[in-house]
Amino acid sequence: MEHVNWNGFKAGVWQDEINVRDFIQQNYKPYLGDHSFLASATDRTNELMKKVQNLFALERQFGGVLDVDTNTVTSLCAYAPGYVDKENELIVGLQTNRPLKRGVNPFGGIRMARAACEAYGYKLGQNVEEAFRYRTTHNDGVFRAYTDEMRLARKLHVITGLPDGYGRGRIIGDYRRVALYGVDRLIEEKKKDKKALAKGNFNTDEVRLEEELFQQIAFLGYMKEMAASYGYDISVPAANTREAIQWTYFAYLAGIKEQNGAANSLGRVATFFDIYIERDLANGTLTEEGAQELIDDFVIKLRLARHLRTPEYNELFGGDPMWITESVGGMGEDGRTLVTKSSYRILNTLYTLGSSAEPNLTVLWSKDLPDPFKKFCAKVSVDTDSIQYENDDLMRPDYGDDYAIACCVSAMKVGKQMQFFGARCNLAKLLLIALNGGYDATTGMRIGPEMPVIEGDVLDYETVAERYDIYLQWLSRLYVNTMNVIHYMHDKYAYEKSQMALHDTDVHRFMAFGVAGLSVITDSMSAIKYAQVHPVKNANGYIVDFETVGDFPKYGNDDDRVDLIAKELTHKVITELRKTPTYRNAEHTLSVLTITSNVMYGKHTGSTPDGRKAGAPFAPGANPMHNREENGALASLNSVAKIDYADCRDGISNTFSITPDALGRGDEERVDNLVSILDGYFAKMAHHININVLSRETLLKAYDDPEAYPNLTIRVSGYAVNFNKLSREQQREVISRTFHETM
Amino acid sequence: MVGRVHSIQTLGTLDGPGVRFVLFLQGCNLRCGCCHNPDTWAMQGGQKLTATEIVQRAMRYRTYFGREGGITVSGGEPLLQAAFVTELFALCHENGIHTCLDTSGSVLGQEVDALLDVTDRVLLDIKYPTDGQYRQFVGCPLEKPLAFLQQLNEKGIATTLRQVVIPTLNDTEESMAFLATLRGQFACVDKVELLPFKKICKTKYDQMGMEFPFEKYDTPTAAQMAELQKILEK
Repeated sequence: MEHVNWNGFKAGVWQDEINVRDFIQQNYKPYLGDHSFLASATDRTNELMKKVQNLFALERQFGGVLDVDTNTVTSLCAYAPGYVDKENELIVGLQTNRPLKRGVNPFGGIRMARAACEAYGYKLGQNVEEAFRYRTTHNDGVFRAYTDEMRLARKLHVITGLPDGYGRGRIIGDYRRVALYGVDRLIEEKKKDKKALAKGNFNTDEVRLEEELFQQIAFLGYMKEMAASYGYDISVPAANTREAIQWTYFAYLAGIKEQNGAANSLGRVATFFDIYIERDLANGTLTEEGAQELIDDFVIKLRLARHLRTPEYNELFGGDPMWITESVGGMGEDGRTLVTKSSYRILNTLYTLGSSAEPNLTVLWSKDLPDPFKKFCAKVSVDTDSIQYENDDLMRPDYGDDYAIACCVSAMKVGKQMQFFGARCNLAKLLLIALNGGYDATTGMRIGPEMPVIEGDVLDYETVAERYDIYLQWLSRLYVNTMNVIHYMHDKYAYEKSQMALHDTDVHRFMAFGVAGLSVITDSMSAIKYAQVHPVKNANGYIVDFETVGDFPKYGNDDDRVDLIAKELTHKVITELRKTPTYRNAEHTLSVLTITSNVMYGKHTGSTPDGRKAGAPFAPGANPMHNREENGALASLNSVAKIDYADCRDGISNTFSITPDALGRGDEERVDNLVSILDGYFAKMAHHININVLSRETLLKAYDDPEAYPNLTIRVSGYAVNFNKLSREQQREVISRTFHETM
Repeated sequence: MVGRVHSIQTLGTLDGPGVRFVLFLQGCNLRCGCCHNPDTWAMQGGQKLTATEIVQRAMRYRTYFGREGGITVSGGEPLLQAAFVTELFALCHENGIHTCLDTSGSVLGQEVDALLDVTDRVLLDIKYPTDGQYRQFVGCPLEKPLAFLQQLNEKGIATTLRQVVIPTLNDTEESMAFLATLRGQFACVDKVELLPFKKICKTKYDQMGMEFPFEKYDTPTAAQMAELQKILEK
């Protein structure tokens, strides 16, 4: 197939089938040079950004939410076109008719929409209430099917953060398809799939897919309509860079107008855009300055994206994040780097537009990345604390070279794989419940198998491990079943029509489970094994605290005696989960990631044998507990690196904070040393790392005087966040974490 | 052989080139008033580890060393355990690990001589420009580190001269001139580092129930450091 807008591109199978990867492979130009070619922001960009900064300031003054349209149910064509500055914008499109005005999305649950409005002093419109009175939401469906035990596990915070009251998110549409093929071609292909499906037997799976395809096709139509309202015809392929970015953005925008999932990740667009930029630069219709301007404008739009959330949601995921994750760099299967000049350009937005939490820029690190690119990334980290790194050499064998990260650490082939997001279960709390034979001392309620309280003045490791296994088996089955309910209902009542339209019809599904409190349970088991742990009981004979006598090896010191407890436990968890079948035969995966929910999980968990007191926060993700590291930063990294990615295919998150002085003398040394640390860590087959180069003092100053630090960005578990948008409690927790420093 | 180890810092970026595994040995023959590791002074105590054990641990960090990094032995005074460090460095070389010694250069002799044969770089503290100050604030004559430097030069071992800048004591043109002279005189010196005197170690002295001898001195400002650096580079 040919199209005039493809002139100048190298032909390939991408023309005859939907295959963006092939288009990239045939046409992209690896870039091995350094960052000296980059242009700075133009006056236009600076002016526009000034307006945006003012809007952000206003939003802060309004308590975090500038405005809510309470009378319109968000969808692709629900609002009149919106602009920041119509005459001066290069890339257009907003979620509602005005910047930072949030829409309401009751499809996941009307109660959540109502509560979110009320939390910011609004009232959900009567018309919306009426419209949803006779409509089943995802949340309604879930609670119809939840068993008593599922409700209890949720209530007791054994399984928490479940996407049962809002969108599940973590689905990355292949937004590039709209730019490369135009919507009409995508509709045509979906129609072909629908016809092919009609030839086979019809049972639950096929009937459901038939309906889904109908919806996908309908929403591709709405996508065109939405773009037309801004004056663009996206039915045909993009003709130049500006259109390629605009088309891609419209596709993304459709997704976030329709869905309010926690993570709304972008995919891997920079190198795709680069092909258009190179074509335009070659034909003289674009300059470097112009290319940067287009990327800048696109990123400004991403920085304006918002969802309306409840305070409870913010407790789990602090800082109003969208996880607009863009995966940058990586290597191709043929050994060429996927780094292009546009990989630099998108990172450069942290300079042209200033540091920022969004988009969540994620560098896919490989030992084979070009040296100048490694150095540039490290420089950006030292300067902005805004990027995270994930191990491309570890993921590429599983996902090929056109995968992207959803949310923080969840890899999937773009347009070919999706996931059912499954929040996390609390491994530390499970230990307490197991020791008390199914009694939760925090709430005084019972859950799980009924057994006697574990006996003995000193906890015996073997006995405890055996007991823990029984409860882990119980929890795993419950967890999978709960997830099956959620995702059955989400497909039924809040299916991601526009995002799934940008996937292959025959899509591979993951079911992504997660654990919280890994370092707490690990150190607790180590204490039981290597020290003397005396349980302290209350008047009713239940264990409510522990007295731990003697020292024990602690996770985070590169000590196999304890680190292998963490490694073996994650293996055990995924093995148990796999025993219960999943909805739509999704592949079970596991993550060690908490976002900011480590604070909330800790709050609902009693004292633990490792010496952590009741209510104290957990460490985030796979991090060792704060200030238990005794041998310095690399020992801590090595401990985390021991957890096997094969067991945790949904990612292992580690957040690393180091003071500038501890990283070296002067910028050049710091950059070189950071590159060495990243190379070294990933050579250990570690999966992920957030890098913060800053001092605790800076955070303390920002804590006391937020106005002086309006744009302070830091990396927390799996994402970047504006420090001032965290709750006070979350801020204190971040400040308390280990900062690797020097005397 | 067994060494007495004070502590291990797995991420060292300030003591030698690149990312380094830093071993702090227990025991020091000097009592510098600006010392930030008074807990390494005592000649007894410390964890007893063999050279093999330490190399095995260091090897866990090899992937982080990159092109430049490696192991640094600091202290305390590593020259006091020269035979042990010699065995350790020889093992490091067998495993392709770059070796670096952070020392005052105040111990000489055959064992030290053997150690230098397996040392890739030395970070040599030149604490003051005069023998008087050396005797007063360090407790050894200046001739010792100078003789040590002479030996480094003869063996052609890459050397970094380092000075902790303490206002009123050695933040002087004289002191900079002395460092510059040494740099000019000894071809092995390829780098001179000025380190600002810091007082965060006071908590250590407090915990140990000791007086911090240099508490009364100010810490140099960034501007002062930059100024001295400029003088040094002239």
